[in-house]
Amino acid sequence: MYGKIIGTGFYVPDNKVPNEFFESIMETNDEWISSRTGIKSRYFSKGENTSDLGTKAAEIALADSGLSPEDLDIIIFATMTPDTFMPSTACLVQKKIGAVNAFAFDISAACSGFMYALAVAKEFLENGKVKNALVIGGEVMSKALDFTDRGTAVLFGDGAGAVVLQRSEEPGIINSYLGSRDDVKGSLVLKALPVDNPFVSNENDTNKMTMDGREVFKFSKQVIMDTIDKVLEGTGYNYDDIKMIIPHQANTRLIDYAIDKNDKLKDKFYINVDRFGNTSAGSIAIALSEVRQKKLVEAGDLVILVGFGGGFTWGSLLIKM
Amino acid sequence: MEQRIKEILAEELSVDIEEIKLETSLKDDLNADSIDMMQVVDVLEQEFGVEVDTSELANIITVADIVNYIESHK
Repeated sequence: MYGKIIGTGFYVPDNKVPNEFFESIMETNDEWISSRTGIKSRYFSKGENTSDLGTKAAEIALADSGLSPEDLDIIIFATMTPDTFMPSTACLVQKKIGAVNAFAFDISAACSGFMYALAVAKEFLENGKVKNALVIGGEVMSKALDFTDRGTAVLFGDGAGAVVLQRSEEPGIINSYLGSRDDVKGSLVLKALPVDNPFVSNENDTNKMTMDGREVFKFSKQVIMDTIDKVLEGTGYNYDDIKMIIPHQANTRLIDYAIDKNDKLKDKFYINVDRFGNTSAGSIAIALSEVRQKKLVEAGDLVILVGFGGGFTWGSLLIKM
Repeated sequence: MEQRIKEILAEELSVDIEEIKLETSLKDDLNADSIDMMQVVDVLEQEFGVEVDTSELANIITVADIVNYIESHK
């Protein structure tokens, strides 16, 4: 049995923010940002939280699938910017869409989160524990950004994507591969609650995301191609069989550098970071939804999703659409 | 080593190797931006087996700075 994609959807806040916006709040400009990152604009929330974005994406994906909310058995939400630590963002979505028969939980694997969530859903679907799954990747990154740091503030965006999967005898998700290792130098950090109790004081701790761009660059370069190769291993498929590769949308310069020596793969990479920025766990989910909506992939096409990010974490899926 | 460094710079920055002298500034003369620098340093690290600390990147201005850095850290 397989987990097969039967519906997708994505949603971003109705507030498009071009690079020029940052010129008024920090020393940067459109040319600087776009030449180094490929990003031209992103969307920032004007109040909607992560569960709101996820709910809208889920409703579109459900409509696309033809299922009702009551048909869902499991809801997994990948995010590092939850509305609340408790309840989980997945439970908030469950309530908002009325998925009364599902069990719901969040997964934390930063920009690889959607890969981790899909891989977990795949296992539940294959072992027969569930029939219908809703997997969401979404973030309101603008909550976590330090708007005085031009090295990070310009890179990220808000948005969510959702996928509905169904247990199927026809191939869907063919293979998954996940990995992680210690980010020794703390190059990608978003702090949670500090230990601040009657025995210790830590109330001034910052809760904004920090990044060491060069360490992240090195890490990403090391894992992107390897993670693509690993998910093909043992499947009998090779590069030529793949219609499209949807990478985590971090930075076009980085992706170009990582695939430098693989010219025949280059044209297969789908890029939309120019319009959305890096939406972390949302990015691959949004891109997957977009390529289905635009009919850039058809039933039967093989697609690889590849994520990489904080943790460090990485992961990939080989999917027959 | 100097020749090899020039070859790497020419390749990574897509410039003519004849343009690269010891006193050439990576940023001003070869138009290398911060992402280019990460890319160049990544290749240099693999080629020469050195590790360039991120904080040292700001001190690398010219081709000669790269040569000196690698020689003193080998």
